[in-house]
Amino acid sequence: MITADVLTKDYGEKRAVDGISFAVRPGIVTGFLGPNGSGKSTTMRLIVGLDAPTAGEVLVNGKHYRDHPAPLHEVGALLEARSVHTGRSASKHLLALAQTHGISRRRVDELVDLVGLHDVGRKRAGQFSLGMGQRLGIAAALLGDPATVMLDEPANGLDPEGVHWIRNLLKQLAAEGRTVFVSSHLMSEMALTADHLIVIGRGRLIADLSVEEFVRNASGSRVRAVSPEATRLRELVLGPQVSVASSELNVIEVEGLSAQRIGEIAASNRIVLHELTPIQASLEEAFMELTRDEVEYKTVESADPAENVELAA
Amino acid sequence: MTQARVAVSEWTKFTSLRSSLWSLGVGLLLTIALPVVFAAVTGSHWSHMSASDRAGRHPLDIALAGVNVAQLAIAVLGVLLITGEYSTGMIRSTLIAVPKRLPVLWAKLGVIAVVSFVVMVPAVLIGFFASQAILSQHQILQISLSTPGVARALLGGALYVTLVAIFALGIGAIVRSTAGGIAAFAGIFFVIPPLMNILPANWNDAISKYLPSEAGRQLFSLHQGAHSLSPLWGGLLLFGYCALVVGAAAVLLVRRDA
Repeated sequence: MITADVLTKDYGEKRAVDGISFAVRPGIVTGFLGPNGSGKSTTMRLIVGLDAPTAGEVLVNGKHYRDHPAPLHEVGALLEARSVHTGRSASKHLLALAQTHGISRRRVDELVDLVGLHDVGRKRAGQFSLGMGQRLGIAAALLGDPATVMLDEPANGLDPEGVHWIRNLLKQLAAEGRTVFVSSHLMSEMALTADHLIVIGRGRLIADLSVEEFVRNASGSRVRAVSPEATRLRELVLGPQVSVASSELNVIEVEGLSAQRIGEIAASNRIVLHELTPIQASLEEAFMELTRDEVEYKTVESADPAENVELAA
Repeated sequence: MTQARVAVSEWTKFTSLRSSLWSLGVGLLLTIALPVVFAAVTGSHWSHMSASDRAGRHPLDIALAGVNVAQLAIAVLGVLLITGEYSTGMIRSTLIAVPKRLPVLWAKLGVIAVVSFVVMVPAVLIGFFASQAILSQHQILQISLSTPGVARALLGGALYVTLVAIFALGIGAIVRSTAGGIAAFAGIFFVIPPLMNILPANWNDAISKYLPSEAGRQLFSLHQGAHSLSPLWGGLLLFGYCALVVGAAAVLLVRRDA
């Protein structure tokens, strides 16, 4: 369980995380989604106490991360930036981390096998490929058998087999009742893995909803109609809440009316329809739509005359 | 997570890096090899040396000739022990495992202090006995461990290098970059002292003895100059500088974002 309460972080003049509040629950995979530079990594650094928040707080299992007597058993974290000494072998790296918590050598060997680094365990980490480095980071995150697993872009640099492996691993960890918090900038990846989504943009919380809701909101907003009388149909469906776009002859895309209603309008006006299809917006499009809203919101806000007065004063 | 466990972890980190073993090995080698070379050269040239040259050669200076050079190798080790973690990103893993942070600094200090001292004590003793053996034909260059001040100076040499290592680790923790850490250390120990010669002689005499390198040097000097601190006060002053640097490092480690 991770709970953030009006969490805020400034780096100099720049506000990286802007008063976000959310809860990450156990037993499901929660995706942490946002474009690059939206504050995902910063939020994760705040969760494990690498950086101190400017305001607000974030708790892990009810406490600040640093106040846990055995933090590696509470949270296992993989950060986006590499966090391994390049001169040390993978197994010694894990051993050194394990020893801070009295975790056994056997557990270290177990994890080296689990993440598939058995053959290169003695090799220096500096010679690892991005994917191998990622696997080592995941092994480190799981070392303490933690109740909460937090991974920043875990699929980075992994081959398709590795991506598949990490997907199953995350689901399995959640099924074991753990809190699983995974960041990504790819909606398609999250749709396959996550049950719940927390979306941020420019350091602000944009959405906190289940993947189901997200998909439902994303789809069915447009309807494609093909008709020899497309132009006449266009005139008939147009209204204050309805917009129509046309990219090719005899085809229109209607936004703001259901397929059922368009069909009824066509029938009552004796218009022949060749096709009538609700269009599923791709998740990627829906995600971009969400983050675009955030950008617009920001622009509108800074144009607010009241705020400008404040700034001038 | 306990202090003892963090110490074990830091020991594993230390022994699993080639760079730390190399620095330590170089320090050890210099401490033994330089007195041997120095003694061999002195022994073979003794018959041609002028009286004043002979007077300038003290057997203890020969025995401890390596300490001045070895301190640089051990200081680099001290700096690297912490800055190596910042340059590679390892520090993030370390501080996630030990979010209270200070136990990491204490453990690193413990490792560097114990390793330096345990390696340097036999090194200075071997350097001493080896150089004495090479100079065995020259009665005038023979001293024994029981000569007043000799045992203190030898142990003081090992202690000096240990304190230097601690100082360097503290500097590394403050600066957080390998190049910066080594430069800062070299500046304080090797650049500032000769610069003091620019000052008027009486200023130089008044100030120089309080520099960390000058104060610390008294630990392994048999005789103190007119403007030097005593071995005890010199050693304590260097220890005080170490405490200051480590204290600043501790405060910054806890306060700064990693």
